[in-house]
Amino acid sequence: MPKIKPSKGAPYARILGVGGYRPTRVVPNEVILEKIDSSDEWIRSRSGIETRHWANAEETVAAMSVEASGKAIADAGVSAEQIGAVIVSTVTHFKQTPAVATEIADKLGTAKAAAFDISAGCAGFGYGLTLAKGMIVEGSAEYVLVIGVERLSDLTDLEDRATAFLFGDGAGAVVVGPATEPGIGPTVWGSEGDKSETIKQTVPWTDYREGEVERFPAITQEGQAVFRWAVFEMAKVAKEALEVAGLSPDELDVFIPHQANERIIDSMVKTLKLPESVTVARDVRTTGNTSAASIPLAMERLLATGEAKSGDTALVIGFGAGLAYAATVVTLP
Amino acid sequence: MAATQEEIVAGLAEIVNEIAGIPVEDVQLDKSFTDDLDVDSLSMVEVVVAAEERFDVKIPDDDVKNLKTVGDATNYILKHQA
Repeated sequence: MPKIKPSKGAPYARILGVGGYRPTRVVPNEVILEKIDSSDEWIRSRSGIETRHWANAEETVAAMSVEASGKAIADAGVSAEQIGAVIVSTVTHFKQTPAVATEIADKLGTAKAAAFDISAGCAGFGYGLTLAKGMIVEGSAEYVLVIGVERLSDLTDLEDRATAFLFGDGAGAVVVGPATEPGIGPTVWGSEGDKSETIKQTVPWTDYREGEVERFPAITQEGQAVFRWAVFEMAKVAKEALEVAGLSPDELDVFIPHQANERIIDSMVKTLKLPESVTVARDVRTTGNTSAASIPLAMERLLATGEAKSGDTALVIGFGAGLAYAATVVTLP
Repeated sequence: MAATQEEIVAGLAEIVNEIAGIPVEDVQLDKSFTDDLDVDSLSMVEVVVAAEERFDVKIPDDDVKNLKTVGDATNYILKHQA
């Protein structure tokens, strides 16, 4: 029997660079209030959100991704030709095929990098990161670009007072590459499909096309159920990610949870009993919930403002539609 | 041993005090969580989870919306505690 030669990967992987793109239009709560009966105070007290960014016609999923990725590639100190694979996590690229990752890989000038999209909602960045780590250690790519990108404004019901203020647009990207020390811990991930009704698109596209519904589909959620799951179940997952990485909470420098809602973040920090020395990402205040993009965007901002620094140990956790989740400990680029 | 009505109200008062900063003496059976005690829908989830732990009771999401007053929650816990 002929012997198949195995691929040869790197011993470990780590994040080498991060980049973000936030659309130029900043949308304050006052604009949201034009279509719902609420108040700035109510929105801030329920979500912590003051402003979010909404993309214009030119700020497409691909265009925002190319901008964020260019920054991540420069930050990593590699060239686009070295990127062997592009993974894009999004739920708001409204063209089913081809995968938007292929267009992004081409526009960046990669050398025919493997490129594909994944759908894991707000857990998408962690899913992409886990795939990237596996590919690098296994040897199918040396450098992998992981992008989280959303235009959630396209999938928001602006007349729904429970969700209209939540969502924002943007792109965050990281370059993952080989390392001599572990820079990405074991991932604790999973899905709970029995709770899939908790966060979902209202109706399938086909119902809209066939005129069965008049309103364009939008994201809807059961606030209290999501809050309970996100805070109390996800705190257990976050704790487990720390444990399997062999770290105690006081060894952590930074906590970057999915930026869903500041109340979830506050309650999670309390439940996890994180020491005060841990820097907590609160990008949601000015970015809103950008689903798959929220963790890399928050990471980029913490590093840009100096609140976190290269080499810091960060716990990242994404959770949302599915319900799907993924948590891991990373060394910041 | 199952908690009495008095113990449950006292326990809820401590929980509401911890989560929403409301003085324990304000937490009375006839008080509405949202209208009188400034416990919004998200804080209510925190109250419920804390109450579940304290009184060894399960309060599913579907039942949370029926717990309008401290009395509603107290009766629910009295009926469902293990």
